[in-house]
Amino acid sequence: MPAEAPTLHIAARVTDRIQENPKTITLVLDHAFPDARPGQFCMLWLPGADEKPFSIAGPDPLMFTVSRVGPFSEAVQALSPGDKLWVRGPFGASWTVARARALLVGGGYGAAPLYFLARELSGQKAGVETALGGRTSADLLFADRFGGLGIPVHVATEDGSAGTAGRVTEIVEPLLSSGRFDRLYACGPEGMLEALAALCRKSGVPGELSHEAYMRCGVGICGSCEHEARLVCMDGPVFHVAAQAAADGAAP
Amino acid sequence: MRRSAGPDLSCRIAGVRLRTPLVLASGIWGTSPTLLERAARAGAGAVTAKTCTPAPRRGHRNPTAVDWGHGLINAMGLPNPGAEQEVELLREAARLLAPLEVPLIASIAADSVEDFGRAAAIVSDARPALIEVNISCPNVESSGEMFASSAEAAAAVTRQVKTSTQIPCLVKLSPNVPDIAAVARAVAAAGADGITAINTMPGMLIDAESGVPVLANSTGGISGPALKPVALRCVFEIAEAVSLPIVGTGGVLTGTDAVEMLSAGATAVGVGSAIVTRGPAAITLILDELRDWLAGRKLGSLDLVRGRAHRRPAPVVTNLPPVPGWETHRAR
Repeated sequence: MPAEAPTLHIAARVTDRIQENPKTITLVLDHAFPDARPGQFCMLWLPGADEKPFSIAGPDPLMFTVSRVGPFSEAVQALSPGDKLWVRGPFGASWTVARARALLVGGGYGAAPLYFLARELSGQKAGVETALGGRTSADLLFADRFGGLGIPVHVATEDGSAGTAGRVTEIVEPLLSSGRFDRLYACGPEGMLEALAALCRKSGVPGELSHEAYMRCGVGICGSCEHEARLVCMDGPVFHVAAQAAADGAAP
Repeated sequence: MRRSAGPDLSCRIAGVRLRTPLVLASGIWGTSPTLLERAARAGAGAVTAKTCTPAPRRGHRNPTAVDWGHGLINAMGLPNPGAEQEVELLREAARLLAPLEVPLIASIAADSVEDFGRAAAIVSDARPALIEVNISCPNVESSGEMFASSAEAAAAVTRQVKTSTQIPCLVKLSPNVPDIAAVARAVAAAGADGITAINTMPGMLIDAESGVPVLANSTGGISGPALKPVALRCVFEIAEAVSLPIVGTGGVLTGTDAVEMLSAGATAVGVGSAIVTRGPAAITLILDELRDWLAGRKLGSLDLVRGRAHRRPAPVVTNLPPVPGWETHRAR
């Protein structure tokens, strides 16, 4: 039986609300999940409204970074310090935290869980770097937070308003082939992850990619979050890409 | 997973051979063909698709399912693309399952007797091995009580389905009735080829902090460990009442649970919530435990445990003297 059994909601209180970029805020809560691992997620519930999955941006205190994408994220963004937010979790498979020369690649708000990972990896002094991408500079997230950990940050925006003009995968390709890295961690949109998986196979650098999915139950039964015969909520959200094309993580 | 000369785990339901007695319960992993194939590869003897209805349903908002510590409670709201779309998924699932020799069980629900017939006819196009008839849904023609709560309504649905398809049907019964054996007798008389017992038990969770029901639908169905004693009782009573094959479903988490369900009289054993508790490998784990349990007692087939609870204490596993009062249970 899994060590961390799924639990019911805890009612946490918002202690801080930080505007990260025009569309994104971070909520700091008065609760901690000290056993949560980077890459895992929680279900956030507002009674009477809805419940949706969010990556953990920090475990102690609990932090969730929420970008405005629909009615529920708008309702979560409307919370102020002192308000309550209901949290259920943590769920899902985490990234491997191991001594590695790691490249962390975040697309848009995909940078949020990578910040949790970066904090776990930054103590190792093993050469961690970050590549962040977005459509415009307003979509970039956490460049200052990664910088604050002493981690070099490479930036790409599609409109060229910050960093290199182009997709983040275009700056990742030379980084991966430089031989400076022996592991790639990523979170972001599906198209970015597909491109990164191809780059991992090409460059021989194994990857651990965190996927987003439409999720209903969050605990592995309903099948709503299926991704290539696997469950994003339970097998994932982190899936492994082996350096060779053959084995694609823990196949079913 | 495969071992030579182990116990024979195969069984037969309404003429359909299952290589193992474990049946993926309806609603688990939706009707995703690749996930149904995964359950088959994990060791399921048959897999049941998500219930479909004649018209598409969006389902309820979240929370739709939570683990409350003793199992699950869920109210998904029967989200499905409608029978016409579902049949395409069933076709693809059947294609993936065929080389594995794992039969596909379609599942249907409707809000009128007539629509049950329509749904049965539509899904039959995908040639599932069996059709499970989910009668734990409200009957809009009868003030919304579920078909499963009345022997007459359950029989009417069964008759309608039987006249609408040649494919054998399993009628899935609800435990939330005063006399489940009476419902079982009624559907047997109406031509059911087997019974799935049981569906979830209605229940509710309330968040103390907010005072709000946890499920968006307020109430939902209890499954998992809390349901097992209810399921064992229902299967036991149904097995006393009818001679149809039973897919005993409810709270089976381990191989020992499966043995208990077989002992209650089940022909095969449904697995659902175990996947939450034990992870996606649950079916493989349960199957290995069941095989080890039988092998450890030198039992070569499921027939040697099936229905044991209906007999006087069996000499196979105990030397205790007969229990007073056992004569009152009919030997099968």
